[in-house]
Amino acid sequence: MELLLDSLFNGVAIGSVLLVAALGLAIVFGLMGVINLAHGELMMLGAYTTYVTQLIFKLPVLKPFYNSYIIVSIFLAFIVSGVVGILLEKTIIRKLYGSPLETLLATWGVSLILQQFVRSVPLAYGTGLVISLLIGLFLPTTFPSKIKESINFKYFKFSSWIFAALTGVLTGSVISSSVSKLSRASARNVDVTAPSWMRGQVEIIGTAFPKTRLMIIVITLISVIAITLFLNQSAWGMRIRAVTQNRQMSDCLGISTEKVDIITFGIGSGLAGVAGVAVSLLGSVGPNVGGNYIVGCFMVVVLGGVGNLLGTVLASFGIGIMTDLIGAGRLLSIWPDMPLPLSNTINFFATTSMARVMIFALIVIFLQFKPTGLFPQKGRMVEN
Amino acid sequence: MRISRRILAGLATASLAVTATSCGGGGTSGSFDDTVTVGILHSLSGTMAISESTLVDTEKMAIEEINAAGGVTVGGKSYKIEYIVEDGASDWPTFAEKSKKLIDQDGVPVVFGGWTSASRKAMLPVYESKDAFLYYPIQYEAQECSNNIFYTGATPNQQSEPATDFMYKRSPAAGGDFFLVGSDYVFPRTSNTITKAQVKQLGGKVVGEDYLPLGNTEVAPIISKIKKALPEGGIIINTLNGDQNVAFFKQIQDAGITPSSGYYVMNYSIAEEEISTIGPEFLEGHYGAWNYMMSIDTPASKKFAASFKKRWGSDRVVADPQESAYNMVYLWKQAVEDAGTFDDNAVREALVGQKFDAPQGPVEVMPNHHLSQTVRIGEINAEGGFTILEETGVVLPQAWNQKHPSSKGFACDWTDPSKGEKYKL
Repeated sequence: MELLLDSLFNGVAIGSVLLVAALGLAIVFGLMGVINLAHGELMMLGAYTTYVTQLIFKLPVLKPFYNSYIIVSIFLAFIVSGVVGILLEKTIIRKLYGSPLETLLATWGVSLILQQFVRSVPLAYGTGLVISLLIGLFLPTTFPSKIKESINFKYFKFSSWIFAALTGVLTGSVISSSVSKLSRASARNVDVTAPSWMRGQVEIIGTAFPKTRLMIIVITLISVIAITLFLNQSAWGMRIRAVTQNRQMSDCLGISTEKVDIITFGIGSGLAGVAGVAVSLLGSVGPNVGGNYIVGCFMVVVLGGVGNLLGTVLASFGIGIMTDLIGAGRLLSIWPDMPLPLSNTINFFATTSMARVMIFALIVIFLQFKPTGLFPQKGRMVEN
Repeated sequence: MRISRRILAGLATASLAVTATSCGGGGTSGSFDDTVTVGILHSLSGTMAISESTLVDTEKMAIEEINAAGGVTVGGKSYKIEYIVEDGASDWPTFAEKSKKLIDQDGVPVVFGGWTSASRKAMLPVYESKDAFLYYPIQYEAQECSNNIFYTGATPNQQSEPATDFMYKRSPAAGGDFFLVGSDYVFPRTSNTITKAQVKQLGGKVVGEDYLPLGNTEVAPIISKIKKALPEGGIIINTLNGDQNVAFFKQIQDAGITPSSGYYVMNYSIAEEEISTIGPEFLEGHYGAWNYMMSIDTPASKKFAASFKKRWGSDRVVADPQESAYNMVYLWKQAVEDAGTFDDNAVREALVGQKFDAPQGPVEVMPNHHLSQTVRIGEINAEGGFTILEETGVVLPQAWNQKHPSSKGFACDWTDPSKGEKYKL
């Protein structure tokens, strides 16, 4: 019983990391059909946001609230990665709809730029830049249309960008002067330390579970539930699904497909940011952190069936449980006196690297029989 | 179009400015008869840049120190050392290519370079075919002995063997079972083969081993294996690489694998630099084994640390790889002065037997192109340094490990033409 519980928990824990990382990609790649190789780097931005938030919460003013910084950083990471994602969509991806190869190359280029960006720009000014982008993109939309019409909108937009740039420079220098760790560029990996209430273990039915893992499972659950509700209950969710199913028809019926694209991509990117928070709790934060997850993300989405959230959920938990089952050699403890050749084979695959090989092999075999994944769905594949 | 051209022009000027500022050569001025240019080849970009750039800083510092003290004196003439820094870009073929460039195009008499074993293995054929000389400063798995490479880092018998001995005989977990964890590449696998042979000799038991593919930070399956194999605590030998250590220590602490519950981790890749990245709160009470530790309380060690901080910033630390890099520049200088020429073959001959009062204590170049060094076992403390627990005397290097089944009974000696790279003892 304890063994089963332990194994199940481990599988779910590994799976939830995969799921939270792949969720954003399931939306961007699954629903929009955009192959976004910069997805991992959007995760990285989320992880760096957690780091910056942690340091800012160490300032004397915010010190009393230090323990809650991780909750705050989830929202901030969503916003930061979402904003960068929206900018990416507006400037690059929009022009490349319908040409998957070019999208792939362009987003790969973006991922390299983002990696080098965090290496060579001090994080304080990086934060300032994100704040400028946020204000510049959203300030013009917050004013009522009456004001917008009374003055020339072009000037209005222009002046709001100037305001945004000034605010960005200002926050950048304020942060840089108050947190010395953020004032210099560094390629060194940094570390996010979980607040004390999240460290250690909790005991549930006699088995001890690490708290950070539980936290990641909770973050994943909330993200999945929120995104499902959003897609199925809200008006915009309905529009997104409509555009996914038939773009031309939705366009004819008056849905602004341009807006839908921005929102979908923004949400997908924002979820990558949330995944970044989760990942920063497990390991260190560095320019390459996202790249380590990108292959796993695509694997989950392809296995789950493009364009289907349920498939993504099942695929990631499936891979998680299989990883634990093979990698930790669980079968041997369930059935201790199995024939020697079989137990030798299982022992051979019971290391982390061999388990990975085995899982990839199983997925390749599975896709031979079901090339469209667990739950194939007819979605908008990239149209002409 | 006009705008974009202007941007391009701006970018071009900017990049010119960057190259212009980054190309400044050696250190202080003085009166020299001539100059000699050496090559420095480490990764300045990519994954390894974080670690390897510290070596570039140290080598520059050593060269500046030598120049300030009058440079290298060869045949009565004083030479100022200048250097060309090349970027290996964390890409192993690039290391080979840049080596060729330094040797053929720049004509440098010596190259200081490399970190990973993969980069060394890629460079080795270049130096052997051109009969040039590479100085390599990292503790590594040995099982190699080239006439064209000089190794100033520890071999396994100068790091892991005394460490295993300490863990099995004198640590709080003495007599306990061993679990081996490492990244999946040549150093951890070779090192663990040696450790397994040694534990068997000592009468102990290795109850499990696992390797994490490079870049993978999912250690949950390893943790459940450790808990299954060592339910009551024991000894963990850790040869994980770089970032993977962060994931490993964060997660084992959450899973209750800590010194207070009887689990002691001995680390071969965690120095002061890594402790500050991972955070001492995750590492306190675990162990490390090195030749040099910043907490060594001798004038030479303190001077080394102080001049590094003075040169590169007060928050910087020095660690074992940097000390090896520092030593090799000085040993090269001594050998050149003894040989009376910059010619490789003469320098190589003069190099063997060179002694240097290094920050770790006296070191001497052995006929197998490795260094005799002191081994230290330290416990990681809350301040992010090592509390030194044990210090061996000077340990001679074994290029061919005497516990590894494939090299037992072999040795290397370049001073005797009949022996060479690998001869039977």
